[in-house]
Amino acid sequence: MATTVAQPVEKTNYLNADYGIKSWLLTTDHKRIALLYLASVTFFFFIGGFFAMLIRLELLTPAGDLMQADTYNKVFTMHGVIMVFFFLIPSIPAVLGNFLVPLMVGAKDLAFPKINLLSWYLYMIGGAFALYGMINGGVDTGWTFYTPFSTTYSNTNVSMVAIGVFINGFSSIFTGLNFIVTIHRMRAPGLTWSRLPLFLWSHYATAVIMVLGTPVIAITLLLVAAERLLHLGIFDARLGGDPILFQHLFWFYSHPAVYIMILPAMGVISELVTCFSRKRAFGYYFVALASIGIAVIGFLVWAHHMFVAGISVYAAMVFSFLSYLVAIPSAIKVFNWTATLYKGSIRFTTPMLYVFGFIGLFTIGGMTGLFLAALGVDVHVTDTYFVVAHFHYIMVGGAIMAYLGGLHFWWPKITGRMYPESWAKLSALLVFVGFNLTFFPQFVLGYMGMPRRYWQYPPEFGVLNILSTAGASVLAVGYVFPMIYFAWSLRYGPKASANPWRAAGLEWTVPSPPSTFNFDETPVVTWEAYNYDEIEETEEAEVVG
Amino acid sequence: MSRALKELEQDGLRYMLNFPLLPDRASTLSVHVDALYFFLVALTLVFSVGIALAIVILAIRYRRERQPKPVPIEGSLVLELTWTIIPLGITMVIFIWAAAIYFYETRPPRGAMEIYAVGKQWMWKFEHVEGQREINTLHVPIGRDVRMIMTSQDVIHSFFVPAFRTKADVLPGRYTSVWFRPTKTGRYHLFCAEYCGTQHSGMIGEVVVMEAADYQQWAQSGTDGSLASAGEKNFQQYGCAMCHRSDTQGRGPNIVALYGKPVLLDDGRTVLADETYIRESIMNPGAKIASGFKNIMPSFEGQISEDEMVALVAYVKALGNGMANPPAPVANPDTGVYPVTPNKEPSMVAPNQPKPAPSQPKQK
Repeated sequence: MATTVAQPVEKTNYLNADYGIKSWLLTTDHKRIALLYLASVTFFFFIGGFFAMLIRLELLTPAGDLMQADTYNKVFTMHGVIMVFFFLIPSIPAVLGNFLVPLMVGAKDLAFPKINLLSWYLYMIGGAFALYGMINGGVDTGWTFYTPFSTTYSNTNVSMVAIGVFINGFSSIFTGLNFIVTIHRMRAPGLTWSRLPLFLWSHYATAVIMVLGTPVIAITLLLVAAERLLHLGIFDARLGGDPILFQHLFWFYSHPAVYIMILPAMGVISELVTCFSRKRAFGYYFVALASIGIAVIGFLVWAHHMFVAGISVYAAMVFSFLSYLVAIPSAIKVFNWTATLYKGSIRFTTPMLYVFGFIGLFTIGGMTGLFLAALGVDVHVTDTYFVVAHFHYIMVGGAIMAYLGGLHFWWPKITGRMYPESWAKLSALLVFVGFNLTFFPQFVLGYMGMPRRYWQYPPEFGVLNILSTAGASVLAVGYVFPMIYFAWSLRYGPKASANPWRAAGLEWTVPSPPSTFNFDETPVVTWEAYNYDEIEETEEAEVVG
Repeated sequence: MSRALKELEQDGLRYMLNFPLLPDRASTLSVHVDALYFFLVALTLVFSVGIALAIVILAIRYRRERQPKPVPIEGSLVLELTWTIIPLGITMVIFIWAAAIYFYETRPPRGAMEIYAVGKQWMWKFEHVEGQREINTLHVPIGRDVRMIMTSQDVIHSFFVPAFRTKADVLPGRYTSVWFRPTKTGRYHLFCAEYCGTQHSGMIGEVVVMEAADYQQWAQSGTDGSLASAGEKNFQQYGCAMCHRSDTQGRGPNIVALYGKPVLLDDGRTVLADETYIRESIMNPGAKIASGFKNIMPSFEGQISEDEMVALVAYVKALGNGMANPPAPVANPDTGVYPVTPNKEPSMVAPNQPKPAPSQPKQK
């Protein structure tokens, strides 16, 4: 199975097949586009992270002393806009998904390679608009763009940023479209739906949300820009509009968008936990269908962001009920991942440490979601730091932990090099500790009543804010480390074999890094997903033989 | 600067020693919210610690050194059903419990005293029915149900008193309400919880819960008449009384005893005449035409401030419960002629006649 024959001459792969800037900017190779995305989302991640540090530094003291109130408002808005639209949403799907979906289905590329490239260009153009808007006037509406503040009262460059997000939306739609068609039409012979890696199930669910949800936010933000320009009276109460309508439209996308961030992360975790437990995923069908369940019910819970916005009591009850239903599939996944460890043969590699971190933090994030779906408690904690802590547990503790875990896991496949294991373990630990120190105090702050988006605050919230800022600096170090050692490994890392983790999955049957067209001949799949028992037996036979 | 630092240090020390995890409990609601909160915290602890322990134990027990060969397991339907049904059951308990609290907190009790609030960038204005006005400080009596009737002059704000565990968005163009019954005298934070621009974090104030007698004294000292009487002046000043007469001869509907009643519209719908309806009928009269009347009233959008509007609403409400004088028929100041009821022909239905019961929404 594993080829250990030395390779004296470097084989042609997708990285050295062609050189020059043009070969990258005009590539239609999904793997190269994934790397373009990797570079760009990393760029945006560090910009968003820089703003996060500014927020935490301002909040170190109760007084608004580091920057002006307006500056602070722009800083948290940019942090939110960049992290949500330009990092979290594209991160796993556009980087890991782009790289892995064709490899995992046994195809040469995605269904529409040129649209895939177009998607990256739209992302960059959208990003450029957003960055330009931020430098030229900034934007101070919060990433939620609530009306009528955004349409009538904000004097900042709202339209430019809204148009940036609008354009970026199409990049997301194209990625989703590509995934759906690829998974439907381009699976290798024998790769039935029930043999699909769970990574593909979750990306399929994600793609459905991208295609169905994103047009709504695109149109909504276009309406905001139009209202600013033409005073149409869609959202402005003085012109007969309805500001609450905006919230419905916004959350109709932006709540499912949370699942765009977390579903791919769940897919990554399913791959990692099986590989390092050497077992098939416990309850494969339940985990797979849970992804679809989340995608479907996820569309029906948006108004749980609006329990204090003056919606009817009975509407609130329906949305609360549905929010509890959507919690169940997530719980099922957590239980199944944990059960996968049972009677496994567990290796404590860096990706596995991220899995443990993910399950722990996602559990806390999910459980605190129950507080927010609970009508009576939500009224008290909504719009406070409790909400901030909750969604950072899901998005940072969940999505980014999984993204980093996945990046470590597939790094040898992507680059052909291994990363330094002990540095990686250290930074995983820093991320975990720093994250908890940053965000756990915010749950307490929120219940104490500290509202979010406050530039200054009463002094009794001081101690918890100091803890949070201290944690953020640890977290920052944990994020800078991988950046450094990944770059280092490109040149100095040990060469990776085709399958360094002895993992199941078609992507591990091709060399690291793969050739431009992935498979010399179309693979035929005759085994179930995660056939680790067979892999283990083969190895035993090899050792004995 | 050094003084500020010193103060900060002292404050820091104070809060380091006295480290609260909960805000004050100062309303009837806060006990209920805290009870559910503690239940949820306990549940979170059980599940998070349970999962964490399971991971640690399984990871140590089945580490590769100890378990070199994995045992293939497909799954277990019994387990899947268990961990689907039990969480579903638990969440349904939370759902019902939380919905009951929400139901309680969104239904103001009958006879609650009313205080009007107008939010604007970046301050809170409060108007008590006795006529007291205040900014960023809200005086309320202990042990009384207080219903806040709130609107915004500009963007969305949110009225949040952590010690009362309640919050409600304050919207432009309509009235929203929130109620509480204070149980502890003292001074509590009032925050704007919905981001509203530059000085969002400066839009904070204080709720002062007073003994009932102290409040009475405070509310009645040094005011120039009640809120409704201010509304009555506005009613005359804007010429409302010309058409909205207290008999059936007005060009517009008779508004005495209007508040809280169902109103039949010319398109056959029936709406409840609440604060938002009254406001809309003044700002955008064409939106809902009372049955039997023509769309002839001009809009007062941009002419009446939210403060005046609050007074008008209070006046119309006071008319309903006999607390204010009905509007007298007023002669046209230019001609000295009393307005004549126009258009007798379009409707034979007497305006504002109480409608038969079936179409009436159930009274709270």
